[in-house]
Amino acid sequence: MYQIVQKEQFSENVVKLVVHAPRIARSRKPGHFIILRIDEKGERIPLTIAEANIEAGTITLVVQNVGVSSKRLCAMNVGDQILDLVGPLGKATHISEVGTVLACGGGVGIAPLLPIVEGFKKAGNRVVTVLAARTKELIILEKEIRQWSDEVIIMTDDGSYGTKGLVTQGAEEIIKREKVDECVTIGPAVMMKFVALLTQKYEIPTQASLNAIMVDGTGMCGACRASVGGQTKFTCIDGPEFNAHQIDFDELILRLGGYKAEEKQAWERANS
Amino acid sequence: MKEYLKIERDQEWRDQLRKKIKNKERTTQERVSMTSLDPMERIKYQDREVNLGLNMEQAQREASRCMDCVNPTCIEGCPVSINIPKFIKNIERGEVLEAAKTLKETSALPAVCGRVCPQEKQCEAQCFYTLKLKKEPVAIGYLERFAADFEQQSGAVSVPETAPKKQVKVAAIGSGPASLSFAGDMIKLGYDVTVFEALHEVGGVLKYGIPEFRLPNHVVDVELESLAKMGVKFERNFIVGRTASFDDLKAEGYQAFFVASGAGLPRFMNIPGENYNGILSSNEYLTRVNLMNAAKEEFDTPVLKGQNVAVIGGGNTAMDSVRTAKRLGAERAMIIYRRSREEMPARVEEVLHAEEEGIEFLNLNNPVEYFADENGRVSKMRVQRMELGEPDASGRRRPVVVEGSEYDIPVDVVVVAIGVSPNPLVPSELPELKVSRWGTIEVDPETMQSSKPELFAGGDIVRGGATVILAMGDGRKAAAGMHKYLSQKNETAAN
Ligand SMILES: Cc1cc2nc3c(=O)[nH]c(=O)nc-3n(C[C@H](O)[C@H](O)[C@H](O)COP(=O)(O)OP(=O)(O)OC[C@H]3O[C@@H](n4cnc5c(N)ncnc54)[C@H](O)[C@@H]3O)c2cc1C
Ligand SMILES: Cc1cc2nc3c(=O)[nH]c(=O)nc-3n(C[C@H](O)[C@H](O)[C@H](O)COP(=O)(O)OP(=O)(O)OC[C@H]3O[C@@H](n4cnc5c(N)ncnc54)[C@H](O)[C@@H]3O)c2cc1C
Ligand code: SF4
Ligand code: SF4
Ligand code: FES
Repeated sequence: MYQIVQKEQFSENVVKLVVHAPRIARSRKPGHFIILRIDEKGERIPLTIAEANIEAGTITLVVQNVGVSSKRLCAMNVGDQILDLVGPLGKATHISEVGTVLACGGGVGIAPLLPIVEGFKKAGNRVVTVLAARTKELIILEKEIRQWSDEVIIMTDDGSYGTKGLVTQGAEEIIKREKVDECVTIGPAVMMKFVALLTQKYEIPTQASLNAIMVDGTGMCGACRASVGGQTKFTCIDGPEFNAHQIDFDELILRLGGYKAEEKQAWERANS
Repeated sequence: MKEYLKIERDQEWRDQLRKKIKNKERTTQERVSMTSLDPMERIKYQDREVNLGLNMEQAQREASRCMDCVNPTCIEGCPVSINIPKFIKNIERGEVLEAAKTLKETSALPAVCGRVCPQEKQCEAQCFYTLKLKKEPVAIGYLERFAADFEQQSGAVSVPETAPKKQVKVAAIGSGPASLSFAGDMIKLGYDVTVFEALHEVGGVLKYGIPEFRLPNHVVDVELESLAKMGVKFERNFIVGRTASFDDLKAEGYQAFFVASGAGLPRFMNIPGENYNGILSSNEYLTRVNLMNAAKEEFDTPVLKGQNVAVIGGGNTAMDSVRTAKRLGAERAMIIYRRSREEMPARVEEVLHAEEEGIEFLNLNNPVEYFADENGRVSKMRVQRMELGEPDASGRRRPVVVEGSEYDIPVDVVVVAIGVSPNPLVPSELPELKVSRWGTIEVDPETMQSSKPELFAGGDIVRGGATVILAMGDGRKAAAGMHKYLSQKNETAAN
């Protein structure tokens, strides 16, 4: 059992949970994720480790309510126990000193971006971060991101905060202004697709972190497969980060909808 | 071994039993047939066991067919050399608990093996009846299951004695049959044994792969409880190499490791359209249903229920998947296999059961491409007919494409069950470990010791996809090998 020791509501649909998991806190690196199951009947859902505290033996998760399981998780409180939690999973982000790094995060993708931004900054890079979301409430972790970025640009679809516009507009401005050596992007698949197209145009090496549908997370089922450079990869063990210019994002978007009908039924059952 | 068998056979009671019935009479009896649930009834349930088991009378009659041969060739067919006539004769004389004890001399999970061993290729293939009389063999598997179930149901499951505790910590990685038999032997020797499992449930393929209609969970649970009673510790949600490294565990006092992480990596065919929605590996399909209970409404995990389900392959995994599809309500549940029925690696009984359940067999067919609807969901598959050519290296006749024979089949779910590769998790964490070209861990076949002296390995991670009984045999060998290694090492350290 894994106890929730702290909870913070970032917005109506996004919460931060700090969970006691000392082993994972010690072994995790930026880019790693965990899989948890709330109770006997729950699904196994993947979530990025946003932060870890080795002394306290805790990891931080940022969860967006998008369906049945995430809703139940968001409703849990301090003192509640999560039945199963395994990790750290995935390959850690390759972090080195490259010069200037452009980090583009969208929506709940800002959470997994945080440890990566921190890692690049600590490795001695100049880090410029673009955060984007539909509206002001969905810009999360701004303070934490600022702590590890030389500059932060905020974009909202409705202009309720920062500049009105898409993440790619903010990113292109930077690219035109200064030399960018590497780009990382995490967010909705469509967003990452357009960031990838942009940086390809400017020939900037780019990593994207995929949020494929998963079951076991240990390479055993293949639910998480994605086409990268014409080859099938398993996101949970080969990723979750891949060279963004080689990812077949259209396939990823279709695969994310693979259980739509079943998810809708579950949603209706849960809310009836 | 020969000596031991002779001493056992010479026992008074066996001699008398042999004299009771003439061999002529024994050999004229018909082999018992297993009672099973009605096919049309059983396909409504994912978790009702198909075979119902023998009753006492059936078992004793079948046991009396066995002639208690001077040279019991059947034993040579069993990978763990169970003393087959001894256990069968115990059934014949009504000492079923003794029979169960005999099984446990060499096998850690007889209730499992009696159900899932490919007997027709192993013990029963070497029975005197098969070899010399050209008759149906003694039903060794059914009898094994009978004795093991009898013991489980009697509530008299004996907890084997364990040696005094040694305070020496060892770890088993993975919780499939190889690890369970290893843990059983090591705990008896007095070691402090912890089994680490990556998933949230213990049992490996026995739990997440093989469906309940073939191997009910409670059968496995009894064995797990008995190990726990003996003192084996289980750590779930723990991936050795990730949650903690081998070095971390060494620092915590673990002196040696048995890696039995299985062959969990599913293979795909890499043909066009294979990543469309609705096309999944048998591991994913079976895991959703068996481990995550996706077929039950009150559980959150979804599973795709198709009307036209095609399963690619001819092994046990393929049979389990296609029969699961039928139970989930498929109108058409098909096996697409590129060779003929003769070459199918699945247990013969499973193929028969599948046929009874209305599974269609499209043998000598091979998929070449998939097509999808506008949402990316598979809608049809193109297959090509095959014919059998010359035998290949495995001795099976090789399938050859019939040119221009392509045709399309409408499908909405496709399950790919063409085999698995070794789980790469452990080897990828230990770059110095010697692995083969196929990713299996290389070991000394006698001791199961790897290129790292404190690391032993067995089961599917060493053999590629193999069988439950071979995995268990490896676990026992590794326990013996590790015991010897640790005894020597700790002796040297003490001197
Ligand atoms: C490596 C990895 C790291 C992740 N990290 C985080 C994280 O830090 N915080 C977080 O909130 N989420 C994260 N996710 C996504 C998270 O796992 C899903 O949001 C969650 O599983 C949805 O479950 P559900 O039952 O609530 O929704 P469902 O009922 O399963 O789905 C509801 C809706 O969400 C969509 N959806 C389902 N799964 C995903 C997915 N994996 N990604 C995007 N959309 C999806 C569906 O298409 C559907 O429209 C991560 C995913 C991966 C693979
Ligand atoms: C659907 C199906 C049907 C089958 N039917 C039959 C049959 O009828 N008869 C038969 O004899 N055989 C059958 N087999 C084959 C048989 O199940 C396997 O040969 C056997 O289970 C192998 O045992 P194992 O102990 O090597 O590993 P497994 O049973 O594969 O267990 C390995 C375990 O290790 C865990 N693991 C992996 N890496 C780590 C790590 N780093 N840390 C912690 N845990 C880890 C995995 O999660 C898994 O649970 C079948 C297989 C399948 C998939
Ligand atoms: S363990 Fe398997 S091979 Fe050995 S006797 Fe039993 S059924 Fe036959
Ligand atoms: S070979 Fe057949 S008849 Fe002979 S001892 Fe073995 S099971 Fe009995
Ligand atoms: S989630 Fe099962 S293989 Fe990646």
